[in-house]
Amino acid sequence: MTTSAVILVLSTFLACAVEGVEALTVVLAVGVTRGWRSPLIAAGVATLALAALIVIFGPALSLLPIDALRLVVGTVLLIFGMGWLRKAILRASGYKALRDEAALYEREREQARTAGTEVRAGMDWYAFTLAFKGVFLEGLEVAFIVITFGATSKDTVPHSIQVATLGAVLALLAVVIAGALVHQPLSRVPENTLKFSVGLMLSAFGIFWGVEGTGVTWPGADLSILGILVFLTLASFGLVTMLRRMRERQTLTTAGAGMGMK
Amino acid sequence: MHFIKQFALFWYDFIVGDDWVIAAGVVIALIVTAILVRNQINAWWLMLVAVVILLAISLLRETRKGH
Repeated sequence: MTTSAVILVLSTFLACAVEGVEALTVVLAVGVTRGWRSPLIAAGVATLALAALIVIFGPALSLLPIDALRLVVGTVLLIFGMGWLRKAILRASGYKALRDEAALYEREREQARTAGTEVRAGMDWYAFTLAFKGVFLEGLEVAFIVITFGATSKDTVPHSIQVATLGAVLALLAVVIAGALVHQPLSRVPENTLKFSVGLMLSAFGIFWGVEGTGVTWPGADLSILGILVFLTLASFGLVTMLRRMRERQTLTTAGAGMGMK
Repeated sequence: MHFIKQFALFWYDFIVGDDWVIAAGVVIALIVTAILVRNQINAWWLMLVAVVILLAISLLRETRKGH
């Protein structure tokens, strides 16, 4: 397996692991509260729908000329990746609360418990809709990453869409097996660290492809991706440190103002 | 019409996310890079600088929202 293929699998694996943990929380909460049949069928249908999106749009996108594809996909991937990175930096610096799977699980359970029941054709449609929405919406980001990453890597990785899908499927299996074993939300998974890593990878590839699409020649060719990744990692840690210091100063100022009031 | 609006809003939220400044900044930086390339300047460094500046601006905007 080449370095590009490893990075491709790793990116989709990490992205799918993050989103899988979030989707699992919803399915578990609904299943434990309202029974397993409807949410499990919903999760299966949502997964099939996402697979269909990859099968349809992956090869279709690969038909575009590589320069146009890299410019468009690189731009979208960079905007998308910077969104993930921004959220991860805000969480790491304490400006945004870390995602608490246990608390979200309890909230979902409470909502599922108090909602009315509508059973038709042997299905609890409330449970079905909730689980379908949870899996499909979380999975849509993974499908998007698989399609864009896979299609744009077609020159460097043979069968790139399938390779990208492999990463997502492996992560999905890991999350499902872990969920079935522990039977509770995977609150110990370091979600923000994973989100941080995915944000860095998406942004690095977004920069590489987007800029290459404008006609730029990267020094060191494909190797420059590693350089971009290191640069972005250092810059992101710098931003986390800056925000942490700002937050400490704000806390001290607020505490000082409180003392002054007394 | 309502469905089309909702559909467009969903994709806007999905791609652009929480801060439009990042999306607008990335597009502008790419346009400037393309212009420089047309003028024989291999500006591979421009987007790296732009990304750090845009992230910093967006993060500062977010931290100031609470104050």
